Amino acid sequence: MKSLMLQSIFGPPATEKAPAPSGQALEELARNVDKSARRLLGRSLSIREVDAGSCNGCELEIHAIGNAIYDASRFGLHFSASPRHVDVLLVTGPVSRNMKVALERTWAATPGPKWVVAAGDCACNGCVFAGSYACVGRVSDVLPVDLHIPGCPPRPKDLLCGLLALLAA
Amino acid sequence: MSTEQTRQKQGLIQLLRANGQEQRAQRGAPRFRIDAAMWEELGGRLGKGLDLMGLWADAQDVHMALFAPDEKDFAIVSLAVEDGAFPSIGARHPAAIRLERAIQDLYGHGARGLPDGRPWLDHGAWPIRHPLNEKADAAQSGEEKDETQDYAFLPVEGEGVHEIPVGPVHAGIIEPGHFRFSCAGETVVRLEERLGYTHKGVERLMQGKPPAEAARIAARTCGDSTVAYSFAFARACEAALEVEVPPRAAWLRALMAELERLANHLGDTGAICNDAAFAFLHAHFGVLREDVLRAADTCFGHRLMMDCIVPGGVARDLDAEKGAHVLQLLLDSLDERLEKLVEIYDTTASLQDRVRNTGRLSPALAQGFAAGGYVGRASGRAFDARLSLPYPPYDSLAVKMHVMHKGDVNARVWVRIHEIRESIGLVRTIMHNMPQGDLTAELPGNTAQVREGVAVVEGFRGDVLAWLRLDEEGLVARCHLRDPSWFQWPLLEAVIYGNIVADFPLCNKSFNCSYSGHDL
Repeated sequence: MKSLMLQSIFGPPATEKAPAPSGQALEELARNVDKSARRLLGRSLSIREVDAGSCNGCELEIHAIGNAIYDASRFGLHFSASPRHVDVLLVTGPVSRNMKVALERTWAATPGPKWVVAAGDCACNGCVFAGSYACVGRVSDVLPVDLHIPGCPPRPKDLLCGLLALLAA
Repeated sequence: MSTEQTRQKQGLIQLLRANGQEQRAQRGAPRFRIDAAMWEELGGRLGKGLDLMGLWADAQDVHMALFAPDEKDFAIVSLAVEDGAFPSIGARHPAAIRLERAIQDLYGHGARGLPDGRPWLDHGAWPIRHPLNEKADAAQSGEEKDETQDYAFLPVEGEGVHEIPVGPVHAGIIEPGHFRFSCAGETVVRLEERLGYTHKGVERLMQGKPPAEAARIAARTCGDSTVAYSFAFARACEAALEVEVPPRAAWLRALMAELERLANHLGDTGAICNDAAFAFLHAHFGVLREDVLRAADTCFGHRLMMDCIVPGGVARDLDAEKGAHVLQLLLDSLDERLEKLVEIYDTTASLQDRVRNTGRLSPALAQGFAAGGYVGRASGRAFDARLSLPYPPYDSLAVKMHVMHKGDVNARVWVRIHEIRESIGLVRTIMHNMPQGDLTAELPGNTAQVREGVAVVEGFRGDVLAWLRLDEEGLVARCHLRDPSWFQWPLLEAVIYGNIVADFPLCNKSFNCSYSGHDL
């Protein structure tokens, strides 16, 4: 373990250079979020991830942005265990009807000002689950969504670019 | 010798040939129509030398997939549903209880004698009841309510016993489910799981779709096992249509399956260490997982290799130069880094103190529930679909199975470490021996007859079963996908008994059951 630690200290970092915030996301945010809210949220964001019926693909990639290579925490992006502590709800999945109430309650428990990010094709448009008896279909049908990050699942870099836009907006 | 004893001596297929009618449409494994007496007799044998591999329904029948480990017989039996009911298997074999509750929710067929009649997947929020049974399509209120308030959790009584409700929204970045802990002090005296939150109606969505389209839904049933699901669904289609995929396609499928296994085992091993508060290994294993996903991305154009396996073959070839080069680099770097991490895992006292003897699953339970994957193999159940029900190209690859007996968190981690090593070797073998040739075989579109296929594929978590029926026009009439988690989730309840609450994340992660694959 010692040699690995020394390697980590003196060797080059595993973490890669920061990607630029997504231009498309910046535009969407400029439309949706007013300046005062942005000022209040400051330079770091606390995030609560809510799986609203995803296949787990999005969760795997959201996990990945926390690894040593993407290292989301260097930008001030933190995942929090409670919605009471967060600025952002990061929602995945086609909002299964069995998860709708839990999603709404999580939103209600989050203090304002707050942003909702719909991550992944399911959250954006229902993907292959659109029209199912068991799904609502889009997060924006349940909550006001400020930012969409498409992809099935979105790559970690796309997730980072989108979340960085929240900090830059 | 009594008839009963004679029957016990017969092989499974032999017994079914003598007591049922073989169904001609079925390919991949024989399917027999049997009567209620035989159904109940088989139910009584489950867990005693006969494994339950799946239990599902369609509008008319209930079907049960069976595996006899001794003679490696695999077969499906079907029983007609009469007066809206069938004799419960769950009454004889607990592993079937949740499957029957799901059948009741989806089809409305009653399991006669089922000891637990509470709904399972239906939380009362769908606009219809029995969504898969067209005849019984009855509207229900679909009202929005807090389901966990209404569900009758099993009572626990005693002085000082308190409940801890957890979920469906969890603290970490994981899937939704509800856990109800009843504790006496720090010790868990009962855990009850409440699942179904991610039910998306996968099986109904697939109906009426051509196989190529249904395959995209199968691939999104369980994101961490997308390759395994696509593999199983494709093989079931090909069995039904009697199509043989070109050898290169089969080898590419195995390459993807092993990469998926590697990525998941590496990520989860790190995550288990993290749940024992040892973040160092989590960080290092996380980098290894990322390397595997990036190599998969370069080779197949998608980090999780979603939609890369299609009915008939594979959608993408491995780039001869770039792909082979990237894989070689990946294998070399894994070789160099993995063993150092394994040594740290094995020699860090504080970590070993958490994982040893924690969450022990007895071999009897693993055997009885026919638990697949590392959960079964860490508790002495020697089953791996790649070996037990071999399919191309694994029938020509030498896969080694690693079985342990202690059944604690540590054993499950070790089975995974062995499988990481094994998969690295398999990727190397596949790379060096992959035949050239076509990537897809053409699937006949309009078959003019009903066809059925079944396949079992070993995903990283365990065996995934896919059964489907294609109608005369070649569209999916019914498809059932059975996640390995069905037989692992109930065991987690048993495993946590007597452990402290703080060890639950550790036990849970060492099982890593799927929510989405189970809820469908």
